[in-house]
Amino acid sequence: MTEYPVPTSAIFGRLTLGALPLHEPILVATFAAVCLGGLVVLGALTYFRLWGYLWKEWFTSVDHKKIGIMYMVLGIIMLLRGFADAVMMRLQQALAFNGSEGYLPAHHYDQVFTAHGVIMIFFVAMPLVTGLMNFVVPLQIGARDVSFPFLNNFSFWMTVAGAVLVMMSLFVGEFARTGWLAYPPLSGIAYSPDPGMDYYIWALQIAGVGTLLSGVNLICTIVKMRAPGMTMMKMPVFTWTALCTNVLIVAAFPVLTAVLALLSLDRYVGTNFFTNDFGGNPMMYVNLIWIWGHPEVYILILPIFGIFSEVTSTFSGKKLFGYTSMVYATVVITILSYLVWLHHFFTMGSGASVNSFFGITTMIISIPTGAKMFNWLFTMYRGRIRFELPMMWTIAFMLTFVIGGMTGVMLAVPPADFVLHNSLFLIAHFHNVIIGGVVFGLFAGISYWFPKAFGFRLNEFWGKCSFWFWVVGFYFAFMPLYVLGLMGVTRRLRVFDDPSLHIWFIIAAFGAFLIALGIGCFLIQIAISILQRDKLRDVTGDPWDGRTLEWATSSPPPDYNFAFTPVVHDNDAWWDMKARGYKRPLEGFRPIHMPSNTGTGIILAGIAITFGFAMIWYIWWLAALSFVTLLATAIGHTFNYHRDFFIPADVVARTESERTRQLAGKVQA
Amino acid sequence: MDKLSNGTHAALQLPLRDHATVLKAGFPLSRFRLIAVLPLLLALGGCNFVVLAPTGDIAAQQRDMLVISTLLMLLIIIPVMALTAFFAWKYRQSNTAADYAPDWDHSTQLELVIWSAPLLIIICLGALTWIGTHLLDPYRPLDRIAPGKPVAADVRPLEVDVVALDWKWLFIYPEQGVATVNELAVPVDRPITFRITASSVMNAFYVPTLAGMIYAMPGMETKLHAVANAPVTSTGFSANYSGAGFSGMKFGFMALSDGDFDGWIAKAKTSQGNLTKEVYLELEKPSENAPVQRFATVDPVLFDAVLNMCVETGKMCMKEMMAIDAKGGLGREGANNVLKLTHDKYARRGAVFGTGAGYVLGLCTPEELTGRTLSVAGARAPLAVPSAKTAPAGLPGFTPISLKAGAQPAARAPSNI
Repeated sequence: MTEYPVPTSAIFGRLTLGALPLHEPILVATFAAVCLGGLVVLGALTYFRLWGYLWKEWFTSVDHKKIGIMYMVLGIIMLLRGFADAVMMRLQQALAFNGSEGYLPAHHYDQVFTAHGVIMIFFVAMPLVTGLMNFVVPLQIGARDVSFPFLNNFSFWMTVAGAVLVMMSLFVGEFARTGWLAYPPLSGIAYSPDPGMDYYIWALQIAGVGTLLSGVNLICTIVKMRAPGMTMMKMPVFTWTALCTNVLIVAAFPVLTAVLALLSLDRYVGTNFFTNDFGGNPMMYVNLIWIWGHPEVYILILPIFGIFSEVTSTFSGKKLFGYTSMVYATVVITILSYLVWLHHFFTMGSGASVNSFFGITTMIISIPTGAKMFNWLFTMYRGRIRFELPMMWTIAFMLTFVIGGMTGVMLAVPPADFVLHNSLFLIAHFHNVIIGGVVFGLFAGISYWFPKAFGFRLNEFWGKCSFWFWVVGFYFAFMPLYVLGLMGVTRRLRVFDDPSLHIWFIIAAFGAFLIALGIGCFLIQIAISILQRDKLRDVTGDPWDGRTLEWATSSPPPDYNFAFTPVVHDNDAWWDMKARGYKRPLEGFRPIHMPSNTGTGIILAGIAITFGFAMIWYIWWLAALSFVTLLATAIGHTFNYHRDFFIPADVVARTESERTRQLAGKVQA
Repeated sequence: MDKLSNGTHAALQLPLRDHATVLKAGFPLSRFRLIAVLPLLLALGGCNFVVLAPTGDIAAQQRDMLVISTLLMLLIIIPVMALTAFFAWKYRQSNTAADYAPDWDHSTQLELVIWSAPLLIIICLGALTWIGTHLLDPYRPLDRIAPGKPVAADVRPLEVDVVALDWKWLFIYPEQGVATVNELAVPVDRPITFRITASSVMNAFYVPTLAGMIYAMPGMETKLHAVANAPVTSTGFSANYSGAGFSGMKFGFMALSDGDFDGWIAKAKTSQGNLTKEVYLELEKPSENAPVQRFATVDPVLFDAVLNMCVETGKMCMKEMMAIDAKGGLGREGANNVLKLTHDKYARRGAVFGTGAGYVLGLCTPEELTGRTLSVAGARAPLAVPSAKTAPAGLPGFTPISLKAGAQPAARAPSNI
């Protein structure tokens, strides 16, 4: 019964060979596939002698553009993992009828839905959103880089470190079986003594460092590094939303860090913050985690609103309707997002006045959100809409997101929430806003800014395939869940009795299959586009007839972004420059001060992984050693004085004249 | 808790009554019933939309709120969707006949409409939410059993005490003195008061056809007032994930006519089991897909002990602890009053650097004394003083403290009230 202390060895902690899930055929097969794939990739990297290139040009790079792209790559890789989890769940729920137990035992299934939530939010949506902000914001405000380039690299690698720990849990030990927010007492040491919960804690803590620092960095960048003339009310809307999002990050993530720290204290040193007895209060955890969790939703969606604003305005060939109200709506949402957390647990026994307060504040958020929707609508009004991929995603978003918004307000009405909370209706709702909002927006953003990042457009045919599979697949996958919710079916169930539910789960599984095709088409789209890059090449740097500063420079932009810092006179700075017959300066270049690359970020992250791993497995000597090394390396880095260099004027001149030649070639052709 | 929440609720009920009349007179919910029935057409297709077609009055009113709020929002959602499609079609690039105003980006009138239309809808919905949330507060005793049928003055609600165990449901009927596992039967048209708690982790008690869900949490009591309006056989379950056996954590729900309910109780009374504390401790151990069980008798203090996490002999109840703390606590000596064990006994492993699991030793209270007397009928119960075996050496000799029944704080309530 009371197994205390946990058997540990001095050298390996509680890590034994038994931690390798050799008894799980699914995992063994996955592991073999991953090993094989990994070997192929490593072999290829070695064969093509790419290690040095990757290390020098990418891993140690402090260039915000490259870091942004690496964030996107991380997000897409983790999307595959998170989606694999989703497919496993859909399959289990479609199979486990008529007395069948399905193919996943509870021990495995419970890890799958926990991992799905954690990965999709922390390691797919966050990196993709952060990646876009990282890439776009400095270009949009006419800056050379972010305020703290090394910090940016460090933030990225810490996010990777968190992702690595989550992936490790697949093959060494197990992941948490608690649901993605890990409510205690279930997540306490009493009911989750296994290392799975510790993987959860340390993955999020380490990734959280990265997220928080990147938030600080981007706020600083936006506040301090805007081009001359770009007052706050002349910032592009995407930059505005990025600013608000990073304010949310900086204000909300410390709460997550604190609450996970308290939970770790409960788990490691026997405090009683969230235990059942000795004055512990699990509801405190629920409150705290949602005080982070609700702003988190807006952290994801606000930049996406920014993307849609840019895309709608660009592809309608028209100024954004109601810029000022758009900005105020964003700010109002930012503030209100802190006043609604309790709507995630109306049914936890709060009094009616408390519930009504939080229900009504939640509804109030729909007012600025509705205003944004109308602003996009009236941006399209009397425009000339070009239905390129980003615009298609935007239309799909507008039609889908309002449904999610509506069901969200339904859930905000406490009496209605009492019958819908924790049901599949809720699941359908938040996938409706996260896929219909965040994911559609990310695809709009990716196809919109891809030519800027790489100098060629994405293949349109495969993009359209991906678009239609995703949109149709979404409706097939999640509309049945609304229906099931109204039939009183709740979330996280593994087996079902009622045969009348079966058909809906089969439809949902079919939807997941369509989405899988959508993801496949997206990957093919990228591959084909790389193969056809010469055909898809854009030398103008402005393939969409854009409006904001990032389109003023070449694609891909030079390391220094802008040879001369632009001067801004209007909201749509580049549109304004084009309208006033802007001429690129062709001489008078000066040396440009740039930050140097450094490997410290990736090294620190590597040590952080070691530390996390040691803490998870109770390998105390390694934990102590890695922690000291971590501090020493970080302090040591402050003595690195080779942190900047100048790009000589003649190199700048050569780069710029190359672009002049390209532009001229374009004109002649 | 009761004192606290009764206080709050008494204060709330006065204005609430007014809301209730307003709601009945000026805003007849029943008019929306017709529309609410529409989804029933779908149900004819073989699916049971229990949330949209419940049999209990509370769930029906919650459904009405759902339907009204949906309709209110459709007022704005449908135009937005239609306009999106229309604008996207009309202003497509190939339609050169359409207006093109590349610099038009502001209209004060439009901005007013954009902000005020959602605002108006939210004002309506907000008012409705405020009223509905208070009227349908699960803590609020019922004042009607169906539209137009107020609760008669002499009707006492049926109390059912609910304990979410790993991974099954225990229902205790204190009035009838019986208990069941994974089977809940209630009489039709009699108000029911559920007192809900859990033994180990969080669950949520949910019978969709009866009323909305509410969390079941260890060491805390939540309440639900509901009424079943038609004989029905349905299911209830846990709506909050609670670990490995969660999927099987469901129970049969039966609303029975008075005669059938009495028969059901009589059947339970003829069963063999007696739910004593010892039996409960066995029952509490984790099990999955547990079969229905019935108990002819129940220890009358059992639920209170479960709620206060002191079913085991010698463990101090939370309410005693809170009472002692409210009077200033036991001071430094209190720290000695802890033994190596805990409430989380079946899974407990101490934190790796911690002192391990522990629990606070019970002091002898009059209530415990009575409880023992009741469960061991007739036999004179020994005082629940820690035995020499378990008491740490040097434990100060406590005299039993007597607390006036009314002065005791009851079990902990969810902290967000």
